[in-house]
Amino acid sequence: MSEFDPNKAPVKRPFSLQLDLSKFEPATDAEKAQHETTRESTTFFRDGMRKLFKNPLAVGSMIVLVVILVTIIVAPMIVPYTYSGMITVNGKRDKTAKNLAPFTYSKMEQEAIDSGEKVFPHIFGTDELCRDYFIRVIYGARVSLSVGFFASLIVLIIGLLYGSIAGYAGGRTDLVMMRIVDVIYSLPDTLMVILLSVVLDQVLGQSLQGTALASIGTNMLSMFAVFGLLYWVGMARLVRGQILTIKNNEYVLAARAMGAKPSRIIRKHILPNCMSVIIISTALQIPSAIFTESFLSFIGLGVQAPMPSLGSLANAARQALQAYPYKLVFPAVGICLIVLSFNLLGDGLRDAFDPKLRK
Amino acid sequence: MDNAARSQKEKQLIAACIISLVIFAAGWLTLPILSAKILLAVVLLLIAGTLFFSNDTGRYVCKRILLALITVLIIAAITFFSMNAIPGGPFSKEKAPSAAVQAVLEERFHLNEPLGTQFLLYLEGLMQGNFCISTKTGREISTTIFESFAISAKLGGYAALIAIVLGLCFGSIAALNRAKTADRVIIFFTTLFVAVPSFIMATLLLLVFCLKLGWFPIFSTSNQSYVLPVIALMLSPMSYITRLTKTSMLDVLGQDYIRTARAKGVKQSLVIFKHALKNALIPVITYVGPMMAYILTGSMVVETVFTTGGLGTKFVQGISNRDYPMIMGTTIFLATLMVTMTLISDLIYKVVDPRINFD
Amino acid sequence: MSNVPLLQVKNLHTSFITDAGEVKAVNGISYNLDRGKVLGIVGESGSGKSVSAYSVMRILTDTGRVTQGEVLFNGEDILKYTPQQMQSFRGSRISMIFQDPMTCLNPVFTVGSQLREAIRIHTDRTKEQINARALEMLQLVGVNEPEKRLRQYPHELSGGMRQRVMIAMALACEPDILIADEPTTALDVTIQAQILELMQNLQKKMGMAIIMITHDLGVIADICDEIIVMYAGKVCERGTADEIFYNPRHEYTKGLIRSIPRVTEKHEKLVPIAGSPVDLLNLPKGCAFASRCECAMKICLTEQPEETWVNDSHIAACWNNVKRMYEESKGGEAR
Repeated sequence: MSEFDPNKAPVKRPFSLQLDLSKFEPATDAEKAQHETTRESTTFFRDGMRKLFKNPLAVGSMIVLVVILVTIIVAPMIVPYTYSGMITVNGKRDKTAKNLAPFTYSKMEQEAIDSGEKVFPHIFGTDELCRDYFIRVIYGARVSLSVGFFASLIVLIIGLLYGSIAGYAGGRTDLVMMRIVDVIYSLPDTLMVILLSVVLDQVLGQSLQGTALASIGTNMLSMFAVFGLLYWVGMARLVRGQILTIKNNEYVLAARAMGAKPSRIIRKHILPNCMSVIIISTALQIPSAIFTESFLSFIGLGVQAPMPSLGSLANAARQALQAYPYKLVFPAVGICLIVLSFNLLGDGLRDAFDPKLRK
Repeated sequence: MDNAARSQKEKQLIAACIISLVIFAAGWLTLPILSAKILLAVVLLLIAGTLFFSNDTGRYVCKRILLALITVLIIAAITFFSMNAIPGGPFSKEKAPSAAVQAVLEERFHLNEPLGTQFLLYLEGLMQGNFCISTKTGREISTTIFESFAISAKLGGYAALIAIVLGLCFGSIAALNRAKTADRVIIFFTTLFVAVPSFIMATLLLLVFCLKLGWFPIFSTSNQSYVLPVIALMLSPMSYITRLTKTSMLDVLGQDYIRTARAKGVKQSLVIFKHALKNALIPVITYVGPMMAYILTGSMVVETVFTTGGLGTKFVQGISNRDYPMIMGTTIFLATLMVTMTLISDLIYKVVDPRINFD
Repeated sequence: MSNVPLLQVKNLHTSFITDAGEVKAVNGISYNLDRGKVLGIVGESGSGKSVSAYSVMRILTDTGRVTQGEVLFNGEDILKYTPQQMQSFRGSRISMIFQDPMTCLNPVFTVGSQLREAIRIHTDRTKEQINARALEMLQLVGVNEPEKRLRQYPHELSGGMRQRVMIAMALACEPDILIADEPTTALDVTIQAQILELMQNLQKKMGMAIIMITHDLGVIADICDEIIVMYAGKVCERGTADEIFYNPRHEYTKGLIRSIPRVTEKHEKLVPIAGSPVDLLNLPKGCAFASRCECAMKICLTEQPEETWVNDSHIAACWNNVKRMYEESKGGEAR
């Protein structure tokens, strides 16, 4: 009979094996526990963040957004020009500084430089009203970003409230509330935005005169109103759907069966599970609001002049497109960069946090 | 029991018939205008269809048409009443350019009648293709709309068709070559295009290919070059469809029934183009309605940039001229078009996906 | 007829390449299947039983790959077939039915069109013949009102009906082997019994071999000629149904048998197997089951047990078995 050889298998009938009996003693629990290498368990949030930071596109867009944010906050403190005023040299209005190319100086400025004074360069040149174009683009980006942000905030608040009430109440209340949403949802939104902007512009324009809100511009206010009136329905539907699915999930039933209070169920089960989806869709709402704002500015329903926005700057640039193409390029790149970054960030967030996409 | 239930149902049916007849008769006698009477009849017929069609599909179609009709009515109402809310708005005496126009306005809108009647009269006009006249040019708005819509329809039709065909192709290619070069290239460009607003795309295309390179002529009535406007209009929806197709294709390819098809011995090409594509098409079809809305609103800016003189151009001109009857007419016309498109895409969806819920 | 078994699987290894690393789902399994026999493969979720079947059919997802081994059908290695050969092979020689009949039929095609497609691919019959065959198959699997069913969509059928349609589709071209991947798991208990009975009847009528994959030992006790118990992508034990049930040699098999509820022994407590399945991303060094095994020994943690013959029709891969047989042989010699 042959020796037992563990490498040759299957070994037939190991009758006379020579076994090292010491190895055949029972193993202790500690040894067993050590034996199995399990993956370290992570929390949902930490795992999502790890995934997010491993996504180069998401990280890149975060960096771009931070850079843009810092620039639009810091730049107006450094650059000595204003978005609305003509360039002045030694207190005199400089009428020669019209349509300058980037990093060039006007006649008056050149004279000032020659006499030993320091003149801040026009990084993006100037426009046809002798205003520094860089600072105008910066303010345009400020306006566009804040419109995007506040509009999404309005959408979030209204949608969250409405959706969670409908979802949590259920039954007839839910039915009626959702029919209203259905009706608003079926309206063509951009058309309604245009229409309401036209109307609200006129209606608000007179009642606002002289108040603090007038400086924001009626168009801007009417846009926020429009967002508050129309765009929240998507968010409301999303929130309601989330709450309904989660409410009927087995783990919520289990929690309820174990006697958890409604407040605990909302806090521990419903909120954390909705949160990711809501945040993602808010992040994706921002670029769409910026889009709408620039669209409205383009067809002349945007912010009040002289306040710039990226859309109105791009629109203005069309007047002398052939002569000064860079005037289109700067705001255009600005919009695209902001929208692209938010889109990519939103996609990254979704890949990292959407429970449905997790493998 | 069954009999009792049936007789119960019959009783309800008879009661509903009587009620609707009463409503109809009352409406017929009280409503002042023929078109309103006809409208009431149509709505009642559709409601009857939703309730009593034995066939699921028939019921669904009735319900959708009814909803679309109601949506159009709501839009018309919003448009009309918000325009009337404008202080010193479209119908005030000082706005009208001439006494003649003022007279026509008075006559058309019956300005001395109560507002509700005015609305019904306006609706009657709309149904006869009578959109009133422009306060700016004094022309019939319906003529303007139908003339310019011919251009817009051609532009939008091409754009939609190309966007769908290319989007489906690119999306499938990207899904089948996941994480390979083709996929990366396609996703890079589509992500980029989604982030560029159509007016910027249009202006850039105009600048580069028309003005700088001179490859395409500038649009004029004698030399209608649709290439650039179509490209500007279709890039964004095409990119969206591509991404949609890719996601849904990947989702479908992971489904159990695809495995079944492969296990049956179906050819790989047939698995993709028959079993997978028909399922992957479903979300794309739901996007067709919103896409048409996007293209119609997008054409406003694209047409403005390329000065094609389509409906979009006229609408934007109307806005900047504060030509209220023009804005009203065009809004209602475009909204009706969009609602119809959504209706059609929903009905196609019903045909493709047999599982759809009828409620 | 030659002595070559209908299907021979030799040392099959299958892995999935994922972001987290290589998941070794099947780690060297071998078995033979003879014409007209029923082979049961038992194991818990993630033990690699379904993946081994997909490897045989070559319908793994993009990330999955057979890294090693042979699959011989009538002596020919089908892993070397071209995609075209494989297409005509699947469905005609080996067919497969799956776990969840709710998701396995394409929702946008009628039952009839899917059934006819299965027939059309592998035969050159006329339209009328295909139609007749589809009807015949539906009658064979016991679907009521077959003409009506052919025109219906999958979502209009019940789960049991759909599984019957799946079986009809799989058997339409009279394959030599039917692989049933947990065919009854997603069904109600009463329907389960009906489907099992149907499969047994069809097997008698059509004479095909069946590979029955399940996580439920109870399901296959009556119908299998041979049973394979799998854990972490490896064969733990292989033998006739009687051997597995009455003379189990692997601690995992013993645990599985203890966890079957029995109607006859009312007062016995059910004993679940403690712990959770092993992480296939980083397999432990010794026996994969060791950390959950009550009788684990030192050697179990360091060396992998090899497949060892218990008798002509029984193989076990467990150090406890080796020890037991060693002691038995020592005892025999001493006597």
